[in-house]
Amino acid sequence: MSNRRHILNADAFDQLFDALRDAGYTTVGPTLHDGAIVYDALTCAADLPVGWIDVQEAGRYAVQDTGSGRYFDYTVGPHTWKRFLRPPREPLFEAIRSGAGVAFHAAAAPEETYALMGVRACDLAALGVLDAVLTGQTYVDTRYATRRSRAFVVAVQCARAGNTCFCVSMNTGPRASAGFDLALTELKDAGRHVFVVEVGSPRGATIAAALGLRDSTEEDWAAARAVSAATAANMGRQLDTTGLVSLLQQEAENPLWNDIAQRCLACANCTMVCPTCFCTTVEIDSDLEQTRASHTQVSDSCFHASFTQMHGGPPVRDTTSARYRQWLTHKLSTWHDQFGHSGCVGCGRCVTWCPVGIDLTAEAARLRASHEERA
Amino acid sequence: MSVYLPRPFVVDAVERETADTVTLVIRPQSGLAPAMKAGQFAMLSAFGTGEVPISVSRIARDRLHHTIRHVGEATRALTALKTGDSLGFRGPFGTAWPLAAAVGKDLLVLAGGLGLAPLRPVLDYVMNHRDRFARVSVLYGTREVSQVLFGRDHKAWRSLMSLRMTVDHDVRQPDCAPWSGQVGVITKLIPKATYDAQNTVAMVCGPEIMMRFSARDLEASGIERANIHVSLERNMKCAVGLCGHCQLSNFLVCRDGAVLSYDRVAPLLTVREL
Repeated sequence: MSNRRHILNADAFDQLFDALRDAGYTTVGPTLHDGAIVYDALTCAADLPVGWIDVQEAGRYAVQDTGSGRYFDYTVGPHTWKRFLRPPREPLFEAIRSGAGVAFHAAAAPEETYALMGVRACDLAALGVLDAVLTGQTYVDTRYATRRSRAFVVAVQCARAGNTCFCVSMNTGPRASAGFDLALTELKDAGRHVFVVEVGSPRGATIAAALGLRDSTEEDWAAARAVSAATAANMGRQLDTTGLVSLLQQEAENPLWNDIAQRCLACANCTMVCPTCFCTTVEIDSDLEQTRASHTQVSDSCFHASFTQMHGGPPVRDTTSARYRQWLTHKLSTWHDQFGHSGCVGCGRCVTWCPVGIDLTAEAARLRASHEERA
Repeated sequence: MSVYLPRPFVVDAVERETADTVTLVIRPQSGLAPAMKAGQFAMLSAFGTGEVPISVSRIARDRLHHTIRHVGEATRALTALKTGDSLGFRGPFGTAWPLAAAVGKDLLVLAGGLGLAPLRPVLDYVMNHRDRFARVSVLYGTREVSQVLFGRDHKAWRSLMSLRMTVDHDVRQPDCAPWSGQVGVITKLIPKATYDAQNTVAMVCGPEIMMRFSARDLEASGIERANIHVSLERNMKCAVGLCGHCQLSNFLVCRDGAVLSYDRVAPLLTVREL
């Protein structure tokens, strides 16, 4: 790999989809559906939301057709990549009873081999966060690990920052520098429409070799860097993380949590759209003869009452105040203690998709202000 | 092998403890029982119901004892199992009581209600290795006399250690002699125990409020926080640190506990709904 950066003409973009298909990957990525940009199966570049952008604010999301012809000018929508790597429903095992005995049969290993098309830097960081939780501890979630290790990652360096984006504050973007197989920076002006292609792995190099690439110039690379610099300068949100880990734990009994709970519906939207929220529970279905019971892992949320329900009595976190405190404190503070890094990557989804527009960055700032007022 | 896949176990015997509590003596359907340490737990499941975390209450050769109270659907099914029935087992999980740290010292065991079950393997260990400890005191509180666990073990315990009991309510039992012991909360027993606070390891298990006040009083009596150990309880689903349910602030109780020293958790026990 003498040159790890190349140029792919946008009119040859389908070559990448073809090369991934030929290599056995099922490509998934952004596509327009029901007025939102979601992640679904893609067969060619035209399946991408070409020319569309998203407009995001706290509690608001809309898409607009700009006619720009650009492939990647939106940011992130309601879906995350965990949808594919850790699906909301996962078979665990079947219990089969015969006589007095019982046998447990593990679910068949997952067979999907995904190419993730258009992974933004924040979401790449989120995959790293999930890796640490699901594959970096004593016990490993093997279904996630299997899909993750097979997945081919095509990152896209963001050319636009959304109004709820704050990856710069979380030090996760906007430029992805590692963790991808290939990374694309889209350059389009009057004269040309190309992608600067960065190769990030041997697997990426193999796919790159199947494309009609030419070497990039220093000017191309400078233009790609300039795209990221401009995006970094246009973050819609920011979050001061200085001292936040201990600050939030010290503010566990701040009355502001009750104030937030006046607005929070405990609907769990934030946990569903969060790219790092990993919590699950188990559902069990048995047949009428009580001979077979299937155990299925399903996504869960710390906003549900059942989440902390033990025997008898109310759940540990009975109030919305306690549940919101758990969620925000976990993301920004206790995640560091549990796993060594932040649980928030600054993608802004929780801000956009909160039906009442609760803004994690604003609430953290209010807690900081309240803390400093008393200090 | 999936970390979520249970291993088939068989009920070898059922010991009725109280009206709503039984001890299941279990063994693997095939192969050897896993090595468990006092304080560790396993995820047990009756067919077709959910898994629940149950501490080991006796570690015998090739057999594990788990004492279970019927409090919900999963424990209803488990407490209804009969000898010869099958169940699912995953484990062992979690941290153990720090027995090695207590060797050569006074040992203070405080149990509230069903909290005696996770501590019984400690008492079994003391029975087998009494010479390794200085004074050993057991303080045990239950709601009422009918809830007292492991009565058949008490005589042996009393022969080698001090056992003091209290009940919250003196409810007269039809077939029993009147309760002659202490009435009131377990913390009232602490001043009656003899121990050298500078040279004592305390192990506390029971409802969280009982552990909070017991640990507070033990600390007030001069025992350092680091030498007081509690066993925390949260809603555990996976037991392997992957499902997020058992979080208590910066801890995943299944991974970092359930046995934790009081110096690490004291501030967390006083925050409501944490």
